[in-house]
Amino acid sequence: MNKIYSTHYDVIVIGGGATGAGTARDCALRGLKVLLVERNDFTNGATGRNHGLLHSGARYAVTDGESATECIKENMILRRIARHCVEETDGLFITLPEDDLAYQSTFVEACRKAGIRADVLDPAEARRLEPAVNPTLIGAVRVPDASIDPFRLTMANVYDARLHGAHCLTYHEVEGLIINQNRVEGVKLLNKFTGERAEVRGHITINAAGIWGQRIASMAGAKINMFPAKGALLIFGHRVNNMVINRCRKPANADILVPDDAVCVIGTTSDRVPVETVDDMRVTDEEVQVLLTEGEKLAPALATTRILRAYAGVRPLVASDDDPSGRSISRGIVCLDHESRDGIGGFITITGGKMMTYRLMAEEVTNMACRKLGRDVACTTAETPLPGSEPQQEKSIEKTISFASRAAQGRHGALADEIKADRPSDRALVCECEGVSVAEVRYAVEKLHVHNLVNLRRRTRVGMGTCQGKLCACRAASLLGRFEGDPERAKQQLAGFLDERWKGVKPVAWGSTLREAQLTATIYQGLCGIDHAVTRKEGEQ
Amino acid sequence: MAEEMQLTNTSANNFEQCLKCSICTVYCPVSAVNTAYPGPKQAGPDGERYRLKDPDFYQETLKLCLNCKRCEVACPSGVRIGDIIQQARMNHFTHRPKLRDVMLANTDFVGSMVTLVAPITNFTLGLKPVKVVMDAALAIDKHRTFPAYSGTKFERWYKKHAAAEQDTFAKHVSYFHGCYVNYNFPKLGQDLVKLMNAVGYGVRLLEKEKCCGVALMSNGLYKQARRQGETNMASMRLAIERGEEVLTTSSTCTFTMRDEYAHLLGIANDDVRAHLTLATRFLYRLIDEGSVQLAFRPDYKRRLAYHTACHMQRMGWAIYSIELLRMIPGLELDVLESQCCGIAGTYGFKKENYATSQAIGESLFQSIADANVEAVVTDCETCKWQIEMSTGVPVENPISVLADALDVEKTKKLNGL
Repeated sequence: MNKIYSTHYDVIVIGGGATGAGTARDCALRGLKVLLVERNDFTNGATGRNHGLLHSGARYAVTDGESATECIKENMILRRIARHCVEETDGLFITLPEDDLAYQSTFVEACRKAGIRADVLDPAEARRLEPAVNPTLIGAVRVPDASIDPFRLTMANVYDARLHGAHCLTYHEVEGLIINQNRVEGVKLLNKFTGERAEVRGHITINAAGIWGQRIASMAGAKINMFPAKGALLIFGHRVNNMVINRCRKPANADILVPDDAVCVIGTTSDRVPVETVDDMRVTDEEVQVLLTEGEKLAPALATTRILRAYAGVRPLVASDDDPSGRSISRGIVCLDHESRDGIGGFITITGGKMMTYRLMAEEVTNMACRKLGRDVACTTAETPLPGSEPQQEKSIEKTISFASRAAQGRHGALADEIKADRPSDRALVCECEGVSVAEVRYAVEKLHVHNLVNLRRRTRVGMGTCQGKLCACRAASLLGRFEGDPERAKQQLAGFLDERWKGVKPVAWGSTLREAQLTATIYQGLCGIDHAVTRKEGEQ
Repeated sequence: MAEEMQLTNTSANNFEQCLKCSICTVYCPVSAVNTAYPGPKQAGPDGERYRLKDPDFYQETLKLCLNCKRCEVACPSGVRIGDIIQQARMNHFTHRPKLRDVMLANTDFVGSMVTLVAPITNFTLGLKPVKVVMDAALAIDKHRTFPAYSGTKFERWYKKHAAAEQDTFAKHVSYFHGCYVNYNFPKLGQDLVKLMNAVGYGVRLLEKEKCCGVALMSNGLYKQARRQGETNMASMRLAIERGEEVLTTSSTCTFTMRDEYAHLLGIANDDVRAHLTLATRFLYRLIDEGSVQLAFRPDYKRRLAYHTACHMQRMGWAIYSIELLRMIPGLELDVLESQCCGIAGTYGFKKENYATSQAIGESLFQSIADANVEAVVTDCETCKWQIEMSTGVPVENPISVLADALDVEKTKKLNGL
């Protein structure tokens, strides 16, 4: 740790979302000495709380041509460089009887102008391609939408940054900036595990903290006006659809249904929320109602499909610099050079944008950093594949490969070869819903910054299946306890993890999901006495 | 409230209603003896979620499922685990079935061919060298003995000796005899006619009867199974229109036609299902409501054990057969713990399954040996082959036991004939 703290960096990146990780990777690929710091876990913010949709850009084509063009370009790039994170599903924009069919031609024209392939389909053809779609549709357009896993995408960037010499720290909070004569010269870090504090220095500090970026900027005395917009989503227990389904109308609430891995996700709502609430987002009953009502219009089967959980993220919308009222929202990517803007040297903020355009954001901000550092190195991230996306052997050659190995290949791409499962005990399943083996847990702990069960869940999908941790949480906690040699901590973790799962289940706790939750409670509280075990521990402290 | 918008949660075969309690795996006879099988929970609801994402998640090991449906009996959430697995095999197993599987599956066709030369076939199939060749060339396990083929088909016997008399009765039932009765064991059909005639029912055959298709389904010949199923349903509709219930003497044929036709083959059978039943159930209900009575020979004295076949367990109908048998005063009946015998139709005939098959049945064979009985009674013919081969104890159908114990004249009198 001392070496990490004492290095003098070219660039320090604050924020472990897709943008921060992408920036760290871009800097590292360009030969810069870079440190990435994240106060919680990677993907803890908006990166990990969205649809997992690889936009074609069609959604923005009519209202925001510039964003649409950006999206389709990045869409095509990500299919190449992040093959293992993308599932090429394609998407439909459907017109329902209550919608105006005239909008379809406006939409198709705008898509074509932005360079987005948009094929008008006969409704019967749309029903054949996607049997789950609302059969009453009167129009459909096929576009190159896809599904993307933001957790994998971010970790692949972190992994590659590290391969190129970057240092990456999670659970390190920036408590302040080191400022000297109107220059940011580094960050003041708090290690949230050990309580240790350190000052780490770098020529350039990049603020990629998403919605938390407003606070980081204020540490340097810069003012950014952010408008946190809460977006709630629902996860269904299995894939109802195999293509992304959108409504062909002006973007509105709950009009996108995305198939992600073994589930599908409907979203989102959009509501401004106070900045103080962004660390604790809860989904309300009204939001669930909106999502269900609108979701059923896309795919009627959602009306009877079990909902696994609800979650919400916060979009970091930024006020335009050129609007004195501060109310007008800036569209697209915002890259602020605080030297020219606020007279604060060595400090850049990258924000706005979308998960979709993280790579472009990283490219822009790294370009700016390079200019400031006087380093003339071109960006290569649009061509350089991310680790894991290398071609794999033809997967259909053998059908005997186990469920867990195949699932792991889906999650880690070619890197799955690094998961060594030589002994039968390594092949034992930890998470049965998602097919996570002991070996995969070990791999995640060793290679993917796993310190707790939530980290493990994001890296491997442990606990993301229909049982929401009932069978796997206990096994995973026991493994972490064994790998880390701290069973007491594992017990605390287990209780924390179950609480975290329940938080998402609670807004949708009825039907099969409620029965499942009751069985979980009976096992952990009634049978294992977890409340007793954990409360007593706290009492002793 | 949002929850009022979702009054029910459903999914195909209820796969998503699985609460991951794993009790199905505890009751799976294959999981208990063969670790290569992923178990019903993973092969069924768990695997289904991923197969929806990518068909490559289909695993060949799903073939190890016996389709005994004991997982479905155990499931507290109504998940049709066995159906999910069968459906996955239907959707994802695309190879052409092997010659052996086609032969084993076509009980109907092979049966009618072989009946013509039954004595030769029975002799030949029993020869050790032939068994060795079948083992090597067709992968039909050499320990197996094919059920002997009868020289006269049941249908022919019926036409010659029974048909005319049936019209003299006031009430009628139709009989789906199945391949086993027709080609291998006409005596069971004759016993049913004897029994039903004694209580005042004439027995008619269906206009056209095809094999129920269970062996076709387990060997991947789904189209043919569907065609045959449609034929059977059409014939049964004719019988039902005449006001006749359709009776059977095989639990597996019955289960296949009542439940798997609709669930797996997509054959609409709602109108037929309620009228299609096992003969023991029909008879028990008649006796229970007081409309018929049975009288038994006073000199009848036997000690038998009842084995609950898996599909009897699934239908919940073993109780009818057991209670009927208990009406025989001279019969001492030992009801064995319900467990799978391991044969599962053609499954156990395949060389690759022989060891699994015998390991599954081991505990049942032991309990039969311990019971020390003259014979075992069961409603399933393939259980009969397995138990007879593995224990040497003869196995009979409850209808045959009842017919044997019956005092025909007294019964007729009791029923006003």
